[in-house]
Amino acid sequence: MSETRIVPPQPKAGSLSSENERVVASPANVSAVRRYLSERGNSAAADRWFHYLMLLCALSIFGIVALIATELVIGSELSWHRLGFHFFFSSYLDPYTSMRLFWDPVNEHFSALPFVYGTLVSSFLALLIAVPLAVGVAVFLTEMCPGALRAPLAFMTELLAAIPSIIYGLWAVFVLVPLLRDYVNPLLIRAFGWTGLFESDNPTGLGFVAAAVILAIMILPIISSLTREVMMAVPHSQREAVLALGATRWEMIRMGVLRNARIGIVGAIILGLGRALGETMAVTMVIGNTPEIHRSLLSNGASMAAVIANEYAEATTDLHRSALTEIGLALFVVTILVNALARLLVWAVTRGAPQRAH
Amino acid sequence: MGVGIEVTNLNAWYGSNHTLQDINLHIPANHATALIGPSGCGKSTFVRCLNRMHETNPIARVTGSVRIGDLDIYEDAKPVEIRRRVGMVFQRPNPFPTMSIYDNVASGLKLNGFRNRRVLDEIVEKSLKNSALWDEVKDDLKKKSGASLSGGQQQRLCIARALAVDPEVLLMDEPASALDPVSTSKIEDLIFQLKSQYTIVIVTHNMQQAARVAEKTGFFLNGRMVEFDSTHKIFTNPSDKRTEDYITGRFG
Repeated sequence: MSETRIVPPQPKAGSLSSENERVVASPANVSAVRRYLSERGNSAAADRWFHYLMLLCALSIFGIVALIATELVIGSELSWHRLGFHFFFSSYLDPYTSMRLFWDPVNEHFSALPFVYGTLVSSFLALLIAVPLAVGVAVFLTEMCPGALRAPLAFMTELLAAIPSIIYGLWAVFVLVPLLRDYVNPLLIRAFGWTGLFESDNPTGLGFVAAAVILAIMILPIISSLTREVMMAVPHSQREAVLALGATRWEMIRMGVLRNARIGIVGAIILGLGRALGETMAVTMVIGNTPEIHRSLLSNGASMAAVIANEYAEATTDLHRSALTEIGLALFVVTILVNALARLLVWAVTRGAPQRAH
Repeated sequence: MGVGIEVTNLNAWYGSNHTLQDINLHIPANHATALIGPSGCGKSTFVRCLNRMHETNPIARVTGSVRIGDLDIYEDAKPVEIRRRVGMVFQRPNPFPTMSIYDNVASGLKLNGFRNRRVLDEIVEKSLKNSALWDEVKDDLKKKSGASLSGGQQQRLCIARALAVDPEVLLMDEPASALDPVSTSKIEDLIFQLKSQYTIVIVTHNMQQAARVAEKTGFFLNGRMVEFDSTHKIFTNPSDKRTEDYITGRFG
């Protein structure tokens, strides 16, 4: 890369480029700076290399995604050929106990149904807990927070997103699960036991509710910070328009802010859903890892990510490994679609948004 | 019917910036009053003090008294109550983009819990007729959103929205400055018709506009009101040298 050198070489006779010839041809009184600059050349080759290097960095993203996708597709081929679509719906009857089984690697019975069920139930339950909380945080931060509190509160919310999920898992096992088991679950059973959604057959405290609570805490920052962003993108003139009609602060927020930001808020929620669907470690530690489907939300369950984490290292048969890979493929596709949809919605709201000032 | 406004010793601040100093004036009922002056002279701040919008900015402060009719708005009532009686139209049209034309007009009433559909229909029609927009939108009241209209139509929609709650006073903060000449003249015609029913205060940069629509005109400069008189007198024979300099275009 001789073009990047600082000190230009003394021009040698016979090897001059056309630029240098022009310099030589110019009047003798040309300044030293001008001569120095014109002798540096145009670095065109270096610039071109830089362009290719950056392009390569950017293309590597596509490459990585494509590699993951092909690997998942190839790995799940066996399971796909053997089980087809039944993989996501079927169940098996145990000949000895006549109980419904979904996942029995020893007898090569594989059905993803309980994992899909567990992932969906724990994620949506997490949204149910996290969304009101996150929107509340965002409303407080954008509309009513005193200046001195805004930065620390926003920072703490962002900090929640930076905590490794294994820490959440540990905290859940040692603090959250005992708390739920001893105080919250008995209350839920007493208040809502009649619905059948909360039954007391699980003394461990593990299960969907524990997974949903820990997931809710983990997706809270992403939902609230994106909600805050789309709320701030709502022009100030909308707030004034509502206020001038005689609205209270709550009415102003509802009609002037939340109503205008609703598509973006849906996007934020879906993005939170995407994170909840794929979350592995914390969920694995508290969901109970039992491939069964029960009506009660307090019962043990399993999730798609959790079963892969638990069983992949110990999977001995090809079909078992392939079935786990197919679960991974399904999770991959679903999270990519969910994320794409969410980004699209957030983009639709914040695009071309005027600044906050009016 | 509109009511008069009595302003006594009004002072306003943005932070440490004293934007309005000792304003005293009487705005007559059922007339249009124009406020003119160069940018930053405090005329917008002044109208925002008349419906207590000024104080929505956390660093803003006001002293003095404003009586609208028999109500001292800083003593006897909360901002919410004042703003129901004093409508406001802003410089840039700000209809609610997620609502239909109908819902935009009805928003003030719906906000206050008004649910009677038949009466709402009547009020929406009357307000849109009053703001000279009815003929242009009557076929897609509930189909089109407020944001789908042109700039001038949006501003008339905002006027209809303000009129729907039947205010006693209508404040207009440079309502035509973002509009083209045709839309501007429509807004001016509208002000001319509305002033028999409402007390109108209009802030404007456009002196011809003030001369066309208003009976009274006040000239603001550097946070003070230099002169307040009949529009005719202000534009033909002002008593203050600074007013004369401004209206003859020597500054501002």
